[in-house]
Amino acid sequence: MSSITGRSAVDQAPGPAGDVPRGRRRLGDSLFGGAASASGVVVIAIVALTGIFLATRAVPSLLDDKVNFLTSTEWVADPGALRFGILQILWTTVSISVIAMIIAVPVGICNALFLTQYAPRWLARPAASVIDLLAAIPSIVYGLWGIQVFAPHLGGLQTVLNDALGWFPLFGGPISTGTVFIAGVVLAIMVLPIITALSREVFAQTPAANKEGALALGATKWEMIRTAVLPFGRAGVVSASMLGLGRALGETIAITIIVSSVAPGTDFFSSWLQGGETFASKIANNAAEFNDPSSTGAYIAAGLVLFVLTFVVNAIARVIVNRRKAFT
Amino acid sequence: MSAVDTGPDTGLSRQSAFAPSRGQGGRAVRNAVATGVMVLAFVIAVVPLVWIIVTVLQKGAGLLPDASWWLNSQRGITPRVVGGGAYHAIIGTILQALATAVIAVPIGIFAAILLVEYAASRLARVVSFTVDILSGLPSIVAALFVYAFWITTLGFSRSGFAVSLALVLLMIPVVVRSTEEMLKLVPNELREASFALGVPKWKTIVRIVLPTAFSGIVTGVLLGLARIMGETAPLLILVGYSQSINTNLFSGNMAALPLMINNDRQQALAPAVERVWAAALTLVLLVLVLNIAGRVIARFSSVKK
Repeated sequence: MSSITGRSAVDQAPGPAGDVPRGRRRLGDSLFGGAASASGVVVIAIVALTGIFLATRAVPSLLDDKVNFLTSTEWVADPGALRFGILQILWTTVSISVIAMIIAVPVGICNALFLTQYAPRWLARPAASVIDLLAAIPSIVYGLWGIQVFAPHLGGLQTVLNDALGWFPLFGGPISTGTVFIAGVVLAIMVLPIITALSREVFAQTPAANKEGALALGATKWEMIRTAVLPFGRAGVVSASMLGLGRALGETIAITIIVSSVAPGTDFFSSWLQGGETFASKIANNAAEFNDPSSTGAYIAAGLVLFVLTFVVNAIARVIVNRRKAFT
Repeated sequence: MSAVDTGPDTGLSRQSAFAPSRGQGGRAVRNAVATGVMVLAFVIAVVPLVWIIVTVLQKGAGLLPDASWWLNSQRGITPRVVGGGAYHAIIGTILQALATAVIAVPIGIFAAILLVEYAASRLARVVSFTVDILSGLPSIVAALFVYAFWITTLGFSRSGFAVSLALVLLMIPVVVRSTEEMLKLVPNELREASFALGVPKWKTIVRIVLPTAFSGIVTGVLLGLARIMGETAPLLILVGYSQSINTNLFSGNMAALPLMINNDRQQALAPAVERVWAAALTLVLLVLVLNIAGRVIARFSSVKK
């Protein structure tokens, strides 16, 4: 019969020499194992080298920087007169990501709950595949659609926000053409499929016994979800959100297309109804000027900060997933 | 009255949650509201996505039935002039994707073999973590790395191949993860039977494990290709746009579909706008065909448990 024989042979370390009497087989095994290890080393090296090369290219420019890299809002990357700081860029990057997460996380979770707990089978499967497919649409297409088709529809909402909440620093005017707010909403649409797909996977794994137990105790469907499905899926949802956040922080071309850049030398501004540049769009907008090592170094320094940010976010997501695996 | 068993021996600490504290009406209302919210969330998610597809189809479908779209380049064509095609960009995208796959697929498959077949090693655990980091790496950072490494340090010039190198970083995690999933599904009995016959480990992997998981690996490669073909950021930094056909990956400007869109996206003249949307539709079709092919292969030839 096909009963599982406990531990598999694969899990065991290769035995002493007696296993493989002929040298030829040993050679094949060591070559093959070597190739596998080499590929692993290449993968590790890629990530390590990314950090190392960005750092070595960024450090000379950082040393030449006449203003504080972390607290300045200036960005002058002329060779010989480097004055660049990331405060404004960091603010814009975080703002866009926050708007995207505020919208995408609740909608994504509810969407995943709908697909796993509410939707009839004939709808759930095709709908889930369609949403998966939409995660594959290139971001440049989202950007094009976002600025040419979608943005005009948000104009009214932005005016309302500005009229009602204009006194609040986030919603001050004047309203630009391509705002942080529009970019945030479009980004929400872009990360929604990712958050939905990952949350759907964890919700679908909720043990039937937990759900049936809650229902048997007289819980309504919503109470069953609140007491059985959501607690079970919490870690998965958090890590799905972190992965979505990582994607949002690093998104380049859609934001480059949508958000209008501001004139150099503008003072720090906090409004979500104005333009700006994120780390990624700053780099993309100036890719044509990568000819001098010291000005390129300034943009590479921005890239390094982005690398560190996404590294941390993804590492946290990974740790959460692993902890959940340990419990289930 | 209530159907809720509030007895102390249920062992469910949350039992009070079901107590009719606000009466049955309140609970029913909340349940109905929750159902409404879920349905609404689904609608909110689906509407923009359908909207995008419809937009791209409406604005871009005009040029695609024309054979010249698939066979001609944009050489000598200005934004005012109607005509020309996307052949230069399609061939650029495909060549860059193939060069990427040639490098990324072997590394990805061997890394996945390391993760599954040599899972006990410490290296495997570090690699697994690194693959997660790599899968979250922003494409612009990958491009900057290749710029700092390949162009400023090694002294090569901007080219289609530099783009491929950056795309390798983005494709590896997709190939590793899907291959890994498939290798895990291969029943251990197959491996054990092979070992029992005295077949060495490498031959077991090559002749037994990989063929069983083959369709899943193909799926992973197709999904990886779909992901990298739509990337724009590495193209902006690592290669210049060319309106002519250039099939040499190693020198000169080279077009690609995202670059073609990006190049003309700020044009206001109708012929250029139409070409931008047609290029967008071509790109979406390419990516969706690869995706659907990958998923169909996965569904119809998955490893039977």
